[in-house]
Amino acid sequence: MSDLIERNDSNDGVDRRGFLKCMAWAGAGVVWAMKGGILQSHAFADASPPAAGADFTFVQLSDSHIGFNKGVYTDVLGTFRLAVERANALPTPPTLALHTGDLTHLSKPAEFDAVSQIMKSIRAERSFYVPGEHDYFVDDGAAYRERFGKGTLGTGWQRFDYKGVHFVGLVNVANLTNGKTALGVLGRDQLDWLQKDLARLGDSTPIVVFAHVPLWTIYPQWGWGTDDGAQALSYLKRFGSVSVLNGHIHQVVQKVEGKMTFHTARSTAFPQPEPGKAESPGPMKNVPADKVRTMLGLTEVTYSASAGTLAVVDSTLQ
Amino acid sequence: MKVFAIPLAGVLVTAGVVLAHSAASRAAAPPGTTKVTIDNFAFNPKEITVAPGATVTWVNKDDVPHTATGKGEPPPFDSKALDTDDSYSFTFARPGTYAYYCKVHNHMTGTVIVK
Repeated sequence: MSDLIERNDSNDGVDRRGFLKCMAWAGAGVVWAMKGGILQSHAFADASPPAAGADFTFVQLSDSHIGFNKGVYTDVLGTFRLAVERANALPTPPTLALHTGDLTHLSKPAEFDAVSQIMKSIRAERSFYVPGEHDYFVDDGAAYRERFGKGTLGTGWQRFDYKGVHFVGLVNVANLTNGKTALGVLGRDQLDWLQKDLARLGDSTPIVVFAHVPLWTIYPQWGWGTDDGAQALSYLKRFGSVSVLNGHIHQVVQKVEGKMTFHTARSTAFPQPEPGKAESPGPMKNVPADKVRTMLGLTEVTYSASAGTLAVVDSTLQ
Repeated sequence: MKVFAIPLAGVLVTAGVVLAHSAASRAAAPPGTTKVTIDNFAFNPKEITVAPGATVTWVNKDDVPHTATGKGEPPPFDSKALDTDDSYSFTFARPGTYAYYCKVHNHMTGTVIVK
């Protein structure tokens, strides 16, 4: 399957034919292949993975919400485990795993333990985490940091380099403004740290930024954005390849802006409605039980002329 | 024309009254209400007025956790995590306007007026 867009009639970077083809794919999670600083991704079930010749691949898992059990979403442990198994079964197993937050539903010790247990089975060399608001609001992230935030700074920020790619994990779920904004917040300290961290890097360094709440505004009425996200993105503008990976909204939304690609991943636990398509952003209602695993997935393919080839494919559990 | 204009004006006035009434009933609770239900990512009623010394109880009927947390540093009240069917009560001793929000979903806001 080609990762290139065949037709781009609406000039939105989305090829409808490719989009529909990809929607039919089956798998779990998102797999990314880093090739010359341009992110490419493909479905787990793809017969010809773009990983060949790529520097490495990594998997993004998100919003496992361990502890949630309502309506038809009764097996979040099972669906999270299945996502990890699918990652492990890839022809080229990802060498890194990123979990973009809401590991747990209520930050309970048993919930964190279950996440640790399942993540132990992932074959990736290293796993990295950022907290979601569900990992944070109960105790200001104390239990999260103790278990998943070792070696991180502040509320859980981190950076690392892997095979020439610079990764930055940001936290935008700490309640820094006491309700003054409906959106996520990074805060001055973290922004200063980010600015300093990036200052030492050359423009050609590929950057991957991951955080829970989308760093760009998707739907402020539901809090789907980051109040000071634009400030963080301004530090990233000079780089030739920037990929921003988020979770939180339990569905795939993607945008390409210049050399920056923005992408949100699906949840492994339950889907949320499209912006404004329901009364609230709660777990999607009226989903038949046998369709749940197909709702934990959608696929988009995008191409950016300025950045080169960029294929993004997300896949479903069923 | 005159014959038709009079009843039409009457209809418009009536419709205006109905709209104003329903908007008011959504915004404020009847006097004496001390219970706030959390459902579908909203505090209902969104605004309540109570007498000093009244105890307000929040009950989470939603399928996800929420909080009722007073705005301010430190927060004047904080329910902490309310899972489904959990409740929290707080007694408002002093008059004032207390804006609050949900720490998990900051776009959820409400107000308790104590007077």
